[in-house]
Amino acid sequence: MEFPDNLRYTKEHEWVRVEDDDSIVMGITDYAQDALGDIVYVELPEVGEDVVVKDEPFAVVESVKAVSDIYVPMSGVIVEVNDELPKSPDIVNEDCYGDGWMVRIEPTDRTEFEDLLSAEDYQALVDELS
Amino acid sequence: MSEQNLHGAPGTRNGMEKPIFEKGSCGRSGLDVAEPRGGSPLAAELLRDDLSGMPEVSEPEVLRHYTRLSHLNFSAATHFYPLGSCTMKYNPVANEVAAALAGFADIHPYAPVETVQGALELMRDLESWLAEISGLDAVTLQPAAGAQGELTGMKMVRAYHASRGNPRKTVLIPASAHGTNPASANLCGYRPVVVPVDDRGLITTASLRALLDDNVAAVMITNPNTLGLFEAEIETMTAAAHEVGALAYIDGANVNALMGVAKPGDMGADVLQFNLHKTFSTPHGGGGPGSGPVAVRKRLEPFLPSPRIVDRDGLLRWDEDRPDSIGRVRSFYGNFGVLVRAYSYLLACGKDGLTESTRHAVLAANYLRARLKGAFHLPYTTSSLHEVVFTDKLQNEDGVRTLDIAKRLLDYGFHAPTIYFPLVVHGALMIEPTESETLETLDAFADALLAIAREAHEDPALVRSAPRETPLARLDETRAARKPKLTWQPETAPAPDPS
Amino acid sequence: MLEVIGAAGIDELFASIPAALRESAELDLPAGLPEAEVLGRLRELQARNSPAAGFQGAGCYRHYVPAIVAAVLGRGEFATAYTPYQPEVSQGTLQACFEFQTYVSILTGLEVANASMYDGASAFAEAVLMALRIGGNRERVLVSAAVHPEYRRVLGTYLDGYGRGRVSEIAIAADGRTDLEALEAELGDDVAAVCIGYPNFFGVIDDLANASRLAKRVGALSISATTEALALGLLREPGKAGADIAVAEGQSLGLPMSYGGPGVGLFATRREFVRQMPGRLVGETIDERGRRGYVLTLATREQHIRREKATSNICTNQGLAALAVTVFLSLAGRSGLRRLAELNATAAHSVCERLSRQPGVQKVYTGPFFNEFVVQVDDCSSWFEECCGRGLIPGVPLSERLPSREDTADRILVTVTETCSESDVDVLLRSLREREAA
Repeated sequence: MEFPDNLRYTKEHEWVRVEDDDSIVMGITDYAQDALGDIVYVELPEVGEDVVVKDEPFAVVESVKAVSDIYVPMSGVIVEVNDELPKSPDIVNEDCYGDGWMVRIEPTDRTEFEDLLSAEDYQALVDELS
Repeated sequence: MSEQNLHGAPGTRNGMEKPIFEKGSCGRSGLDVAEPRGGSPLAAELLRDDLSGMPEVSEPEVLRHYTRLSHLNFSAATHFYPLGSCTMKYNPVANEVAAALAGFADIHPYAPVETVQGALELMRDLESWLAEISGLDAVTLQPAAGAQGELTGMKMVRAYHASRGNPRKTVLIPASAHGTNPASANLCGYRPVVVPVDDRGLITTASLRALLDDNVAAVMITNPNTLGLFEAEIETMTAAAHEVGALAYIDGANVNALMGVAKPGDMGADVLQFNLHKTFSTPHGGGGPGSGPVAVRKRLEPFLPSPRIVDRDGLLRWDEDRPDSIGRVRSFYGNFGVLVRAYSYLLACGKDGLTESTRHAVLAANYLRARLKGAFHLPYTTSSLHEVVFTDKLQNEDGVRTLDIAKRLLDYGFHAPTIYFPLVVHGALMIEPTESETLETLDAFADALLAIAREAHEDPALVRSAPRETPLARLDETRAARKPKLTWQPETAPAPDPS
Repeated sequence: MLEVIGAAGIDELFASIPAALRESAELDLPAGLPEAEVLGRLRELQARNSPAAGFQGAGCYRHYVPAIVAAVLGRGEFATAYTPYQPEVSQGTLQACFEFQTYVSILTGLEVANASMYDGASAFAEAVLMALRIGGNRERVLVSAAVHPEYRRVLGTYLDGYGRGRVSEIAIAADGRTDLEALEAELGDDVAAVCIGYPNFFGVIDDLANASRLAKRVGALSISATTEALALGLLREPGKAGADIAVAEGQSLGLPMSYGGPGVGLFATRREFVRQMPGRLVGETIDERGRRGYVLTLATREQHIRREKATSNICTNQGLAALAVTVFLSLAGRSGLRRLAELNATAAHSVCERLSRQPGVQKVYTGPFFNEFVVQVDDCSSWFEECCGRGLIPGVPLSERLPSREDTADRILVTVTETCSESDVDVLLRSLREREAA
């Protein structure tokens, strides 16, 4: 199971990457995609002006037998979503940190970044679950 | 399943039956219909162009097609089918004879009541017998299924509270509950709040009290619960609910463990739904039709769906004058054909037959528990009633999971038990034999599971590759969900035969 | 067995149940009966029902059910199978469901259909709930007054307490179709759905195309409700007439009336809405060896996974009832179904014409109809009694079904199917002529 060092993580198994323009990109971790199994559908939010609030559910990932809510990792405005995913949900299984990215957000409160887990801390959390 | 060698037979492919749309030939029909006289009375722009896509086959072709399809099924008629929580007991064929009688099958729901007194009497008697079994006061036969019965029950809960000025907001539901419970609560505008299950597999009055307040409209408890265990504190729990003015809904899916043994009404229930296609022997039909009558305590009677049967001026009639009724949940009066079957079953069983059914159902489940508990992990030591839940914990050590065990059972000629439900147990394997099975069948089933447990240890790959003796191997459910193909299309030919 | 369990008697196995409950549990029910007596009792009961021949419809229809349907449904492999959760051993049920879904799609002209709902009325209510889910914040639902009253009542019950959805009724025009001007006046961007009977409760073929067009203009969904599924064998498909969701009661296609149940709800919609559709779905796939097979799919919409976020709470479909429809439609096929529908239509039009020629009888609505129509008959109730006395029920009096309408006096809905014989029609006409003479 891979948890790249350059990313940050949430307790709900999302990862976050800060981009050059200070926006953040998020997706689900290797642990999440593995636990879900073959992903069959991804429901992403719409790009818009409303602020989505941290910890609020805003996307859904479905596998054959399970459904998982995806939660906002940092409050902000949704500026881009990965249009490839609804068509090819298997990308999330194949490349969850790269082509399987889900949503880009412009954060409204950068202090929330401190609440995110480091790769090490996230690994510890996963170890406890297993 | 019948042995059949269909390879190469016309209408088949790989020994499987082609869809009916790939059969037939132009102009064929099996329906005996006279030619209409005169031209169409309707203007052309109102009509469809044609019915292209519909097959054109003869009656013998239709019979052969569906007969062969039936051979591809396991069924209670052909196999032991120990699905937990489904109560796959014997479906008496006498019930089918009863339901097909012209006086039941050929009456119209709007027939003048004088011409259908037999139907009304049947329904009235069925209502009173179900009331007796539930220990409650009044029954509606209208809901078309258990889930619809739950919806009906919860709508009445809401109507009751609304009539007292405050519909309230939440419903307490154990974590072990069937998914229809929170779904039904949600459809009534209630937010489900989960009551945790303890390490005995039960919920407690204490954990209930911690969540009870005057926002709670009802507690929804299945008893025996979905683990097949009797909720020991049921009476104090329903009393606790009543103390805050909440109602007690008991889900009657597992009533097969209670008949003549305990009445939900005596446990403090205000509302209960039955599943006639479980406890009362009406056939499961591959997924229906069922029937979900609901029994209520007197104070909920005004809210029952309309119309209701009343005896007036020497005739049984339908009374629509029910101002507090929640309305209707389905058209007409319910799944009458299913009611006839349940009535026939109850006539045959009578008081002693029902009690004996419950006793034997519980005996059979406990026997299987005793025979299997060495080889499979029992998550709870609490004693089981009519069904027993194991987990795959021991088999996990060899990399074999519940799914694999279920599939391997198919190879042994048994339908798998219910798997992965309830969710409170990891890898649940829920076995409900019912009272209908012989000792030989129960032993053969136990022997098969013990053999699979050995295989899981000695040759796990074998179990993981099951089933191998069934018409098809494991099916690609991911593919079905990613690219849903929900209707037959002429252009898409399946991939060429691999061998 | 008890030895293996380690119990002295069966009673011990119930030790987890409090003694007080055990003591009060005795059932006050009659003793059981042997099969011969059970059937004897049931024969007696059904003998007190007289399935009189007649012209009753209004949501439940008297059609001939071919013998083959009972033969297939009687097979234990179909009747006593469970929901196909183990697809490898349930291909019979699954393939039959797939064929059923295909038939519903063909009949409705919409791309996807589910494996059935309980009946037309609950399918209708679920269609509205689906439209509310799709419609975001839209709260209003416009329902034609000509939709079957029981369907409207079930919708009301489903919406009560649900927390969403406000129904406004749209009146009918003089021709028996929904008043499109009234509809247009009510439409706005807060409307989630427009619901039209097709044909409607008065038997009239409503103007679904124009109603759908108006709905589309404000972004509302169009829902059609058909109580007489045989009409779909002849009329323009609801999907082609603009419906986004089509529901129907399938009882006409292979199920006996059976005092109103079980029936089977047909439910179809556009492909883009498939994830919002309630109910079971069967999909095609392949097995490990590349062979075509069928499985339950998109189950994550359903209650056993989504629980309170499910599209519905529905668990069973109508399994065997859907199978009956599948067998019937396979038997009838492309030409047979059309012929049967045409036969119903021509017979109904002929009866209507002959009835209307009788003094004291007037056809009420001018809109086109399939096999049901409303006539007004002077002193209708005495004519009704007269016919019943001759063993024939002439139709469904409207006042009993629509107590809140003021225009139902002396009006009766007459339904003509292929089961109505010339001598039946004769009874109707003679009883009218004879009392005219009197």
